[in-house]
Amino acid sequence: MGLRTPLGQVRGLGSAKEGTNHFWLQRLTAIALIPLSVWFVASITCLAGADHNQVVDWLSSPITSVCMILMLGTTFFHLKLGVQVVIEDYVHSPWAKTGALIGVTFFCFVLGLASILAVLKLAVGG
Amino acid sequence: MSQANRPLSPHLQVYTFHFTMMWSIIHRITGLGLGLGTIWLTWWLIAAATGPEAFDAVQIFSGTFIGRLLLFGFTWALMFHTLNGVRHLFWDIGKGFEMDTVEATGWAVAIGSVVLTLGIWVYGYMSMGVL
Repeated sequence: MGLRTPLGQVRGLGSAKEGTNHFWLQRLTAIALIPLSVWFVASITCLAGADHNQVVDWLSSPITSVCMILMLGTTFFHLKLGVQVVIEDYVHSPWAKTGALIGVTFFCFVLGLASILAVLKLAVGG
Repeated sequence: MSQANRPLSPHLQVYTFHFTMMWSIIHRITGLGLGLGTIWLTWWLIAAATGPEAFDAVQIFSGTFIGRLLLFGFTWALMFHTLNGVRHLFWDIGKGFEMDTVEATGWAVAIGSVVLTLGIWVYGYMSMGVL
């Protein structure tokens, strides 16, 4: 029946019409967050009780800023994908559901941008 | 509309309770909690970029009893979510679905998250010179 390939027939299926894209990105960010979380927790634990100068020194070193920006970007992306699933599972009224999805997207973009900008300011501006 | 046999969202009200359900529920709750925790992380980073006074305000709040309690909770939530997340990644490649394995890895996550959290806090207090 028709000339469509098997891949073409399944691409973009599912209730959100985006196939396995969401599933894949959630796993990809999860895998990335394993080493990034270990690095973050280890660093923060060593920084316990540190004053402003020590924290700024740490944040403005190139390795820290790169790891930190990767960690923040991945965290907010993973958070958006995860909360989206919870909302889609439990919020059923179209207005509340769409509103909540818009809300979580805005939350993640605003906090992601703000936190990354703070790291960049220390990394580049000193 | 043939909707009868389509997979449904998890309806907690009608599921027969199984002990392993708790891990799934806690995974979602810790995920949402950690999501709220990103507000604190962002506040901390912005304060560090703003200056010593703004930074001290965050540190003072973090040093209060409530602040420490919240940080302790976030530490455990991150340990649980990460360890249980690894469990989910193994399920994604089709491994660890046998009932006894599911229970054993579940307990490993529960105990491991508590042990790691306590270890992190002991180390943290040691690097502060308190212990």
